[in-house]
Amino acid sequence: MLASMTDVAVPVPAAAPEAPPRPDFEIVPLRGIPIVGAVLVALVAAILANKLWALEFFHVAAGGLWTSFDLFLGFVLGPILGRLAIPARVELTTRLMPKLLLIMPTLVTCTLASGWQLGRLLGTVDSGYVNHSWIVASYIVVGVMAVIALAVLEPANVAVLFELKKPRPDPQIIGGLMKRFIYTAGITGAMQVATLIIMTKIATG
Amino acid sequence: MSERRLPPVTELGVVSMALIVAGGITIAASLPGDVALGLPVALLAASALVMVANVVALARAPGFNRAAFFGVAKWALLAYCVVAGILWFVFVHDGTRGGVLAVLTLSLVVFAVHVPLLIGFTVARYQ
Repeated sequence: MLASMTDVAVPVPAAAPEAPPRPDFEIVPLRGIPIVGAVLVALVAAILANKLWALEFFHVAAGGLWTSFDLFLGFVLGPILGRLAIPARVELTTRLMPKLLLIMPTLVTCTLASGWQLGRLLGTVDSGYVNHSWIVASYIVVGVMAVIALAVLEPANVAVLFELKKPRPDPQIIGGLMKRFIYTAGITGAMQVATLIIMTKIATG
Repeated sequence: MSERRLPPVTELGVVSMALIVAGGITIAASLPGDVALGLPVALLAASALVMVANVVALARAPGFNRAAFFGVAKWALLAYCVVAGILWFVFVHDGTRGGVLAVLTLSLVVFAVHVPLLIGFTVARYQ
């Protein structure tokens, strides 16, 4: 395994010649953490209460936002980001990505946890459910998105922010990581189209 | 510019995550009836093995910035323990028990360890 090493650690050059200027920023916006905590506490309360409206609210609201974010990032903002001048890209990245670090995992957790509980309450996750094959298809779509987002997209997102925190960020490293972000956001955006098809089919029976 | 060769941590992470997700889907697709645990256990074992291989490869990688890795991975671990904990709570709250709960719990452990490892690695390789 070690013989087929593919990843490469790139030492930061002593002085990156074209380091773009960037505003100061927090990698994880600390002010947002209490909001995330409150949302997660409300999620647990909804699951404990096992009430249809509360579970439906969390699943539809968080799921809708998750889908919208992925479609917007993948098909609208991603391509724009790829064509922006480096300083503009840096400016947008330092303002957008820290917020996404808090928003996206929260939305995904709310969607999945409330969705599973909702499915148990309504019986839609039971193997005897009439549209069971559609439910399994949704698991597969979510699974593919989870692998791409968690193993590829999010690490690149965090690494870009750490690079931009350096006194002299390396444009080559940022460019490579941003490319990874843009491509994977496009893939998850495409998977979200499948999610929309599956969820509307399940909702209408 | 000199370059240090590092193990294919991201690629192995994708494989491990895919295996764990496949195991979870196999279980979820069979509920609430009797779940045949043979395939999910095999997928979990394979995923855990890949994760261990990833950890070992990273631990042996010369010149890897471990301080940067742990500086990032510890906070990511905290965050993903919370996420995994909420998902685990849902399963327990629904009455999942026995072998199915054990497989799901261990799957969540692999998930909660591997994602921070990937985040820490991706950041540290450029430090």
